Amino acid sequence: MPRRDSTRYTLLFATGVSVVCALLVSTAAVGLRERQDTNALLYKQKNVLLAASLAKPGQDLSAAEVLSVFDQRIQVRAIELKTGQLVPENQFDARSYDQRKARNDPAQSRAAPANSAQVTRLPTYGIVYHVKGADGGIEQIVLPVEGMAMWGTVYGFLALDRDANTVRGLTFYEQKETPGLGGEISNPEWQALWVGRKAYDANWAPQLSVIKGQAGPPDKDPHHIDGLSGATITSNGITRLMNFWLSADGYAPYLQTLRSAQPS
Amino acid sequence: MTTNPALFGKKEQQALFSPVISVNPIAVQVLGICSALAVTTRMDKALVMGIGVTLVAALANLAVSLIRNHTPSSIRIIVQLAIIASLVIVVDQVLKAYLYELSLELSVFVGLIITNCIVMGRAEGFAMQNPPWISFLDGIGNGLGYALILLMVGFARELIGAGAVFGYEVLPLTKNGGWYEPNGLMLLAPSGLFLIALIIWGLRTWKPELQEKD
Repeated sequence: MPRRDSTRYTLLFATGVSVVCALLVSTAAVGLRERQDTNALLYKQKNVLLAASLAKPGQDLSAAEVLSVFDQRIQVRAIELKTGQLVPENQFDARSYDQRKARNDPAQSRAAPANSAQVTRLPTYGIVYHVKGADGGIEQIVLPVEGMAMWGTVYGFLALDRDANTVRGLTFYEQKETPGLGGEISNPEWQALWVGRKAYDANWAPQLSVIKGQAGPPDKDPHHIDGLSGATITSNGITRLMNFWLSADGYAPYLQTLRSAQPS
Repeated sequence: MTTNPALFGKKEQQALFSPVISVNPIAVQVLGICSALAVTTRMDKALVMGIGVTLVAALANLAVSLIRNHTPSSIRIIVQLAIIASLVIVVDQVLKAYLYELSLELSVFVGLIITNCIVMGRAEGFAMQNPPWISFLDGIGNGLGYALILLMVGFARELIGAGAVFGYEVLPLTKNGGWYEPNGLMLLAPSGLFLIALIIWGLRTWKPELQEKD
């Protein structure tokens, strides 16, 4: 056995420790992956319910409760993003469709037109969630949104009223912003400030924007939301991603068909 | 071999219990303050963080101590770090699998156990010189000392800041028709600093031998 401080022994020792640590970490990661994926999916479904105000923030819902409300009230539908047409339900398995995977698959996506939200690819098909009302008709629409903030891509849901204009709720279920600053986009109290604002102006141009300082009440100041102090870059990122997804490259064609189908 | 009387003798008891109060890592050694400010707004967060640090400190101490006589001194710190980092990743993965929403709220702070001065400090300062069993106990003791302060601070902050304990509303809030108007300052980081300072003050008054001479 070589001396404890010899270079050869040191290298061997370092290799040994690394191998043992690597085995430990990979065993944990692989062994627990399935459970983590289930949790992540459930959390996403819970966030759809949160955006649609079918669950309250901070409410402790069991997995079964989330699933039962989701099954009762939410209809998962696929749309062709470019035209905004709904894909008939029997032609598309919307519930097992992985939009993030599809977005990165050249056969199922296209390069996004230049945009400030730094969305680089758009899937051919996008998922939208219809919230069914008591009469069985559509009461709200929940739209998945994503885009670059400060430290990474944030993923969330924006719930719009049946008029495809009034914001009914907002959640972010995946973000890496600074806790306490940009991370406050996950704060339900800030998200509540969005409720009642209008996504579009009279000419159907997307208008939502997170401003510096305080916005007025929704009826007087319909397009602005209070900024987060110490988080200008995150706030601007949210503004950009909202405007991208509400534009003609995002959900505007679909929202247009929805509005024209609306009984007046 | 039958039960060794030295398995839990005076020295072992001291290793386990003294870090809880008299050489408490937060209140006396003033280590691990950053996470103590961040994760004490609610008791459930404080408890999970306390358990996490206790597990990591105990197992890291055990592992470091087991190989202490074989570790080349030139790379001992990085070996300790590798062990601690691996254990922290395992804790993080377990949290994501079993307490998903809590793991999202603890966010970066679980990862930051790696840089928690308590874990590193005990591995280098204690486990490198002592046999495995007593090092293990020392890790548990320090983790418990950390958890104790976290829970005390978390109790005060959650009760005064949100009128609740472990998420159950104890003081009925005005917004739910009760009488208690929560104090929002308690949910911000400065209040954690004030509370830890009060605990340190209290502890030094109770145990004057902890006061340094001028």
